[in-house]
Amino acid sequence: MDTSIWRPIIYLVCFMAFAGLNAAYLGWCERKGAGRIQRRTGPMEVGFHGLLQPLADGLKLMTKQLLVPEGVDQILFRIAPILAMIPALTSMVVIPFSDNIQGRAVELSVLMLFALASIGMIAILIGGWASANKYAVISAARAVSQNLAYEIPMLLTVITIVMITGSMNLQDIAMDQQGGFWHWNIFRFDKSIFMPVSFLIFFICSVAETNRAPFDMAEAESELIAGFMTEYGSMGFGLFMMGEYLNIVVGACLTTILFLGGWSCPFGLFPGVWWFLIKIYILIFTFIWVRWTYPRTQVYKLLNLSWKILIPFSMVNLLVTAAFIKVF
Amino acid sequence: MSAYWNDVFGGAKSLAIGLSITAREFFKPVITMQYPWEVPEIPERYRGHIELVKNEKTGKPKCICCGMCMRSCPSGCISLVGKKPEGEKKKVLTKYELDFTKCSLCGSCIESCNFGAIRFSKDYNLASTRKEDYVFDLLKRLEEQG
Repeated sequence: MDTSIWRPIIYLVCFMAFAGLNAAYLGWCERKGAGRIQRRTGPMEVGFHGLLQPLADGLKLMTKQLLVPEGVDQILFRIAPILAMIPALTSMVVIPFSDNIQGRAVELSVLMLFALASIGMIAILIGGWASANKYAVISAARAVSQNLAYEIPMLLTVITIVMITGSMNLQDIAMDQQGGFWHWNIFRFDKSIFMPVSFLIFFICSVAETNRAPFDMAEAESELIAGFMTEYGSMGFGLFMMGEYLNIVVGACLTTILFLGGWSCPFGLFPGVWWFLIKIYILIFTFIWVRWTYPRTQVYKLLNLSWKILIPFSMVNLLVTAAFIKVF
Repeated sequence: MSAYWNDVFGGAKSLAIGLSITAREFFKPVITMQYPWEVPEIPERYRGHIELVKNEKTGKPKCICCGMCMRSCPSGCISLVGKKPEGEKKKVLTKYELDFTKCSLCGSCIESCNFGAIRFSKDYNLASTRKEDYVFDLLKRLEEQG
């Protein structure tokens, strides 16, 4: 591997730019998507079709005062937004965008990604708890119970993928699915007949893990104001939002690599980073689509879905995969 | 057990139906109006504040200063003054003021007018931070409209 100092610097700059652009413009895409689905136009005033809106929003957030209310935990209150952003940004390092575009080829990259995802949850817990606000505390408690419940089926599904590939390296998992859509994990009926189901489970869990509607119990505005973000203004709030959108990007990348063949083309033509980007943006659009289709669930229904449906289904799938691998 | 499977499959089906509905809405045309850039067409019977009607031949207001509108107004919004110039038989309107802060757009003034000299305008762009802005000088408004 090339060990010159330029490689990490170039990757760092590129990933930061990619992350920043995504965090800013996914907000715009979300507003446009919401508008279209509700038959409005979405932002139109700032720039061509509102394209400069994220810039204007960013400037507005940056020029506001970073207010730290009285009675909050001084240190934790300041740490939480940063902690929400950093794991999402760090996750970018191990994601293989293509066979030769990867920040760092880590052998246990799947494990690392899920460890980082849990830190994002801790950021919500810290932010909510440090705010000294009843809504924030309730929201933090909800977020933790939700994330715990949904991490189990998610990890069970990942275990099936790891068993199929025999590796925890994202690069290996993606390489294993090259050469046409019938090689993708989602359609590998020779490994388990339930692979599409486990793709659905993984997708539902990634929606829940990123605290997106219909699972946005942590920031249910109708009853919890803005949940853990209630006391945050200015860029503190901005960082939480950017972290949320980056988590969506990471979730879409992970789904693409684990189930949709990473950078491989469905027909075996021109494999490359563009296919990867097309796939993640289709998935991100689905995230937006889902958000503006379903109303928010209730807490107990949310937990019921995980414990009564997703976990048993993913366990059955795990057993079936193990049996298939053993028999065939 | 069958209730469980009904729940799972019924739920999945209803989720899919929901997604298909929003997907169809996504491609339908926008139905909102881009207000400052697109101006709505005001319906025939829209009631804005009242305005004076011009006599097309002379270019002067049709009003003969009988004061019926002033008397019929339940809130006393209207005040008008008419003067008889030297050597003329009829009065000429010199001032017609509408206090729109009190007007409830009931239309009694328009009904009471026998000469069709006032009507509802189609003016809806009314916004101000000062109360005085809503005391309209309708004679001046008519002259400004040309």
